[in-house]
Amino acid sequence: MSGLLKSSIGRKFAMALSALFLMIFLLQHFAINILSVFSADAFNKASHFMGTFWAVQYLLQPVLIFGVIFHFAMGFVLEIKNKSARNVKYAKNNGGANSTWMSRNMIYSGLFILIFLIIHFIDFWIPEMNTKYIQGDFSGMHNGEFRYFHELQEKFVPMWRVALYCLGFVFLALHLLHGFNSAFQSVGANNKYTKGLKTFSKIYAIGLPLGFIIIALFHHFNHH
Amino acid sequence: MATLDSKTPKGPIADKWTNHKNKINLVNPANKRLIDVIVVGTGLAGGSAAATLAELGYNVKAFCFQDSPRRAHSIAAQGGINAAKNYQGDGDSTYRLFYDTVKGGDYRSREANVYRLAEVSANIIDQCVAQGVPFARDYGGLLDNRSFGGVLVSRTFYAKGQTGQQLLLGAYSAMNRQIGRGKIKMYNRHEMLDVVVVDGKARGIIARNLVTGEIERHSAHAVVLGTGGYGNVFFLSTNAMGSNVTAAWKAHKKGAYFANPCYTQIHPTCIPVSGDHQSKLTLMSESLRNDGRIWVPKKMEDVKAIREGNLKPTQIAEEDRDYYLERRYPAFGNLVPRDVASRAAKERCDAGFGVNATGEAVYLDFASAIQRYGKEQATIKGLNVNDAALVKKLGQEVVKNKYGNLFQMYEKIVDEDPYETPMMIYPAVHYTMGGVWVDYNLMTTVPGLYAIGEANFSDHGANRLGASALMQGLADGYFVLPYTIGDYLADDIRTGPISTETPEFDEAEKNVRATIDKFVNNNGTKSVDYFHKRLGKIMWNKVGMSRNEQGLKEAIEEISALRAEFYSDVRVPGGANEYNEELAKAGRVADFLELGELFAKDALNRTESCGGHFREESVELDGPQKGEALRNDKEFAYVSAWEYKGEPKDAVLHKEELEFNDIELKQRSYK
Amino acid sequence: MNLTLKIWRQKNASDKGKMVDYKINDVSPDMSFLEMLDVLNTQLIESGDEPVAFDHDCREGICGMCSLYINGEAHGPDRGVTTCQLHMRKFKDGDTIYIEPFRAKAFPVIKDLVVDRSSFDRIQHAGGFISVNTSGNTQDANAIPINKENADKAFDAATCIGCGACVATCKNSSAMLYVSAKVSQFALLPQGQVEATDRVLNMVKQMDEEGFGNCTNTGACEVECPKGISLENIARMNTEFLKASLKG
Repeated sequence: MSGLLKSSIGRKFAMALSALFLMIFLLQHFAINILSVFSADAFNKASHFMGTFWAVQYLLQPVLIFGVIFHFAMGFVLEIKNKSARNVKYAKNNGGANSTWMSRNMIYSGLFILIFLIIHFIDFWIPEMNTKYIQGDFSGMHNGEFRYFHELQEKFVPMWRVALYCLGFVFLALHLLHGFNSAFQSVGANNKYTKGLKTFSKIYAIGLPLGFIIIALFHHFNHH
Repeated sequence: MATLDSKTPKGPIADKWTNHKNKINLVNPANKRLIDVIVVGTGLAGGSAAATLAELGYNVKAFCFQDSPRRAHSIAAQGGINAAKNYQGDGDSTYRLFYDTVKGGDYRSREANVYRLAEVSANIIDQCVAQGVPFARDYGGLLDNRSFGGVLVSRTFYAKGQTGQQLLLGAYSAMNRQIGRGKIKMYNRHEMLDVVVVDGKARGIIARNLVTGEIERHSAHAVVLGTGGYGNVFFLSTNAMGSNVTAAWKAHKKGAYFANPCYTQIHPTCIPVSGDHQSKLTLMSESLRNDGRIWVPKKMEDVKAIREGNLKPTQIAEEDRDYYLERRYPAFGNLVPRDVASRAAKERCDAGFGVNATGEAVYLDFASAIQRYGKEQATIKGLNVNDAALVKKLGQEVVKNKYGNLFQMYEKIVDEDPYETPMMIYPAVHYTMGGVWVDYNLMTTVPGLYAIGEANFSDHGANRLGASALMQGLADGYFVLPYTIGDYLADDIRTGPISTETPEFDEAEKNVRATIDKFVNNNGTKSVDYFHKRLGKIMWNKVGMSRNEQGLKEAIEEISALRAEFYSDVRVPGGANEYNEELAKAGRVADFLELGELFAKDALNRTESCGGHFREESVELDGPQKGEALRNDKEFAYVSAWEYKGEPKDAVLHKEELEFNDIELKQRSYK
Repeated sequence: MNLTLKIWRQKNASDKGKMVDYKINDVSPDMSFLEMLDVLNTQLIESGDEPVAFDHDCREGICGMCSLYINGEAHGPDRGVTTCQLHMRKFKDGDTIYIEPFRAKAFPVIKDLVVDRSSFDRIQHAGGFISVNTSGNTQDANAIPINKENADKAFDAATCIGCGACVATCKNSSAMLYVSAKVSQFALLPQGQVEATDRVLNMVKQMDEEGFGNCTNTGACEVECPKGISLENIARMNTEFLKASLKG
């Protein structure tokens, strides 16, 4: 077991596990967000629960943050190592002949997602942390109403932010189109279920970001 | 003319090897550590020998000119490896394998060696399976067999069309284990350029590091050559581009007799030559003759129409096809031995029935096999056996499973789909049965110098049966040499390390350097390949599939003249102390230019026809065998072993009389 | 046909090297790619220049010695072939063809297009074998029946020719396909089980030490592999490695 993370395979295994964890998180994030389209009330309740339940806040949240940071940091470390494994570049390289653009540019889709995440954190997470842990307001209320739904809608008023979010989700889709399957390959799953898994991964990789885009657009065009 | 002693042990043939092993000297394990052995070549013979000697405890230094031992040309062997396992219960036995091999070799091999080969053949399969070699298996999980030319049983083990690759990678893995343990010191990209003989014994080699150009001295208590055959003397052959005779030839020049150089195997099923640019020929495994039928059109007008592109072979009606092997040899049909099949193809093409533009190609047709397998599959699967499209599809699947990689190879080279149209094939140089003369212990006439595998001459006589080369290479390397070399090395346990600072090493190194300097400073006008191609043409036209006195005499003169021209006009660019492929090639071609002449001289001396050696003057004139090769046992039942005396034309013939006590000498009949 | 070749020339390992242009005329579509280079070399030699050095031997796609990165692809644009099996009919009159060596830190250039792939051998030394001595007394070859599916898969993995196209193609210069082929072959056979743990750990350790990059599952190796070695083998090696790490 010792040294597992020092080995190339151990590292890719770790990348895959963190990715799988993040993909489950994304699904959960989506499930709550989509409520906002159907019922402001349900969305508010779910948000309040997530924002105040101790297990989510003190257990899952740190794990999630660690997962995100780990996935990014390891991704960059591996990219640098991999780049250095070829010291002289080809004068002509026809990568498109044998692999997808997505698979060759995970670092770029990842980088863009990182930029998006930073903005996303500034938009939502930092104000949340400020309200709850600095100002000590765990009520979730603003002017006698749940504040979550309103805050959400306000954020999606400016066009530039909606556009940026949509672009972020496009890159997320590109990242997932390779990443989802890749994670399974990395943990050693390549068998009779692979074909089915590939189809499922495509649905997930396109469907989920598309869902997020729809939510963003919905609130942009339907704010009260 | 002196006679040679093969040192074959006395006693009944079936007991010779066992008794011999029981009586020869052994080296105790502690002393093996004090003994160094050089193995040159890392193919099936050299690789398996190096690994086994290292396992036994000797310090092995192994050399190959390729960038890795795994690339030796044994890797290209396709069809399979014979072994008298009798897994199919079809009556196979050690004796039968022995008998088939001696008969297939046209009674020109040494009986005792062949019997030993048949005896250890079963061990090879056990050993390889234990190493993880993935032989083909049937649905019950047991090993599968196929049939090869010249025999009536199924004893050939195979791994699709890549048996040589799998066996070599097995030997390579055994070597890797010993390299990892430090028992084999591996020298890749090194070429042996001379044997060093000290006090009459082989004590080392001079090698050139092909990357740096450095000339190195390596000493050992014994030297083993597993350096393969010399088919590239023809320039075009199925051998790898780098396959060469240099190691064997240098040994010859240092006193090792060269045996039967004229015994060359021309393989019947190769892809025909397409143009002057051609650098090598590609074999289509003999296993294809299990299912493929060989034919040419019966009518000359069809031949013409085909050559002009106005007719497709599939359009020729069954009754207008001449399945000439089935016609001439009803008992063995398409599975006659290679020499017979090759000559029959040449006979048809010489008569004008060749089916490509050059007139040098015949068809190898899988249509009836596809039909047969397709119907079989349809029956098994309960489908309609009269549905032609379905039957064809099912049949093609079966054929693909058996020969997929060969069909793909053919398609890539020729740009035609062999599932739809018959393959075109023609004979090409493939293997050399001749080689360095060795005794029963595989030792050459230089004490301490051994030759194994294709590099020696011993087991295949005048013609090698399919799937026997792999068997011999591994038998020599795994199961014969490791025993017999101990008998010799037992006297060396107190010798201590061999110094490389001796006059003999000085002299050998000086000669090697002189040759290299000559080449790089020659400033001629023609490339090495230019001369090699011309040598090849002389060999193919006059010392090829059929030979006659006049042609051979001409060949000797022409080769001799070409050699002189080569030395005066060859251009070798680049320097001696760097990576220089042209320099390496020049050295190899220089040796081919000498060997070629000896080759022709040997063919001239042997006025009989036997196996791959066909003299037009020696054919059956009457009777059922009319037109077939005529052997002359009274005068030629011997091995020709040539001693080097300067120029090839001065070589002195020594004879090893062949005795046949366990097999009656007969005319080979495959009719 | 007439072609322009852009070929990497590098005198030796320490030379910097550069791309050099050559013209070659009257190329026959039936020539193999290496035969085309033979013709170029004959021209160069006879005009007093140094020929282009490239590795090659069997010229029938099995020894794994030939390499070359042709127009941005290992072994050129055709599929399921090595460079020696690539034929000029895959190109058009007037084409410009880039010819570069297989590039990776673990494959240093020796000269021109010749690279040193001994790192591959060293990985095999670390564990690419089953420890069985030659004796003639191992058990009978049919003593352990092997399920045909596994035997066939082991064979498919074992057909790797060690050419290095996977490394050359991989954007990370990863050797995972090569290493996994050997690990898989033995993992699928009962004979290989005894040493399975040490084998995968040692081979992967050596692979990492040689400076190959990390697999990111782009799948390019599988596409460019002349023998079609499957990515399934990499997945299998990942599992084997994980099992072994947890055990060891």
